[in-house]
Amino acid sequence: MQDAALRLPDEGERRSVISARHLDLTFQTNDGPVHALKDVSLEIEKGEFVSFIGPSGCGKTTFLRCMADLEHPTGGEITVNGISPAEARASRAYGYVFQAAGLYPWRTIAGNIRLPLEIMGYSKTDQNARVSRVLDLVELSGFENKFPWQLSGGMQQRASIARALAFDADILLMDEPFGALDEIVRDHLNEQLLKLWERTEKTIAFVTHSIPEAVYLSTKIVVMSPRPGRITDVIDSPLPKERPLDIRDTPEFLEVAHRVREGLRAGHLDE
Amino acid sequence: MRQSVVPVLTVVCGIFLVWYVAAIWLNAPWAYDKATRTGDVLTTQTLIADTWSQEKPKLPAPHQVGAEIWETTVEKKITSKRSLIYHSWVTLSATLLGFGLGTGLGIALAVGIVYNRTMDMSVMPWVIASQTIPILAIAPMIIVVLNAVGISGLLPKAMISMYLSFFPVVVGMVKGLRSPDAMQLDQMRTWNASPSQMFWRLRLPSSMPYLFTSLKIAMAASLVGAIVGELPTGAVAGLGARLLAGSYYGQTIQIWSALIMAAVLAAALVALIGLAQRVTLKRMGMA
Repeated sequence: MQDAALRLPDEGERRSVISARHLDLTFQTNDGPVHALKDVSLEIEKGEFVSFIGPSGCGKTTFLRCMADLEHPTGGEITVNGISPAEARASRAYGYVFQAAGLYPWRTIAGNIRLPLEIMGYSKTDQNARVSRVLDLVELSGFENKFPWQLSGGMQQRASIARALAFDADILLMDEPFGALDEIVRDHLNEQLLKLWERTEKTIAFVTHSIPEAVYLSTKIVVMSPRPGRITDVIDSPLPKERPLDIRDTPEFLEVAHRVREGLRAGHLDE
Repeated sequence: MRQSVVPVLTVVCGIFLVWYVAAIWLNAPWAYDKATRTGDVLTTQTLIADTWSQEKPKLPAPHQVGAEIWETTVEKKITSKRSLIYHSWVTLSATLLGFGLGTGLGIALAVGIVYNRTMDMSVMPWVIASQTIPILAIAPMIIVVLNAVGISGLLPKAMISMYLSFFPVVVGMVKGLRSPDAMQLDQMRTWNASPSQMFWRLRLPSSMPYLFTSLKIAMAASLVGAIVGELPTGAVAGLGARLLAGSYYGQTIQIWSALIMAAVLAAALVALIGLAQRVTLKRMGMA
């Protein structure tokens, strides 16, 4: 967060898309209250790619769900595009990608991508145009009429990203979207996701377990730790926007990865 | 298909063997009775021949039932009161109407239970209680009450069918409509979907495998309901009437042929639903 102060000059261009101030979320369970989030403050600016990393129970998914209005904070304040998450959800401000692709087996790939468009009441012609555009974005053109079971796990997850992109939300919230995929597929999808981010200029919040994935993708890495869920470090990545896969062997990359690992370890020692 | 022919045939042969042996055993006392009265002496051969061809046996042999079914289906005109096809049709029409009503009622209740908290808390115990009452006890009441308000014929029987068939549909559809997982429901929320969009696009399609399983049970229950519904009406027409008339006059062959007809009918109806299930779920990518 110190680094943020250094870059303040271009104030005019900086627009906070997601802003959380002293966010608390306590679940009441039979074993007593669980502090899923405690005093979490964070600003995400337009066009940033922010990763959330930390061990299970650190509240990274809960934080993402708060942004999406799927979870309701018990304290503090959070705004999405300057409005409350509930209003942002109603105005379809974000697309959400879950860990599982969650495609409907009874719909074709095109039918699945059309689903949110139907719900939001787009016209038929508009729907078709959007479906073919986003399929092109995730390099799935030609698979319109295939059913989900005819696609590999990686392709299914790409289709689910296409579905989240179809209605042109400026924000993309991704909850471990590649967590269930193998390393090779994951590398490939990471590369594609970066290209897609560059082309569409979306703001992306990305939850992950993987240090290399977080460092490779992000402009900002948020390290979290559990019990209570909190932010322990925010790292602004020094890596250039252009990132071939082999950037992961450069000293800069390894240095950031090292700092993330240190942050995770520090959070662990607190217990 | 081919692998199942031999096992199925083996079982069928086994059943026939037990059936024929049981027929000898059960009908022998009557054969001995007759022989004592006429003074005849029964050899093993004549005893067996007699037990397999009595007019009112305790247990008719399979070929007697087969002959009766042939006579009352193929050789009788369909319009005849003695045609088993005519009686089957009477029962079938009540079964199908009751099945339709029961399915409709079952789905409606399930939707209510899933979407309305009050119904969720209150309806299920009543649904279960309704099934603990013996149908034989309540069937005459339904017939009498409906008759008193001027409704008779097909509908009262269909109501009894409905009474039995809505239950599996409610239970199955409540489970089916609740089968989408938390993630799928969250996903719909992120799109700000309305409750009706969630129903038509997610809950209803997700419930299809559960619906078809329930429909199979409901269909069999419907047939039982229709047959039971025919008993208190004075045995005018239908498979139930054939059963009752047969038992009045000791026409065991008639009873058994009506029983077998009912079984065949049930098997055919359930198979039909099975076919619809296979086609639908395959097209939906869920099979």
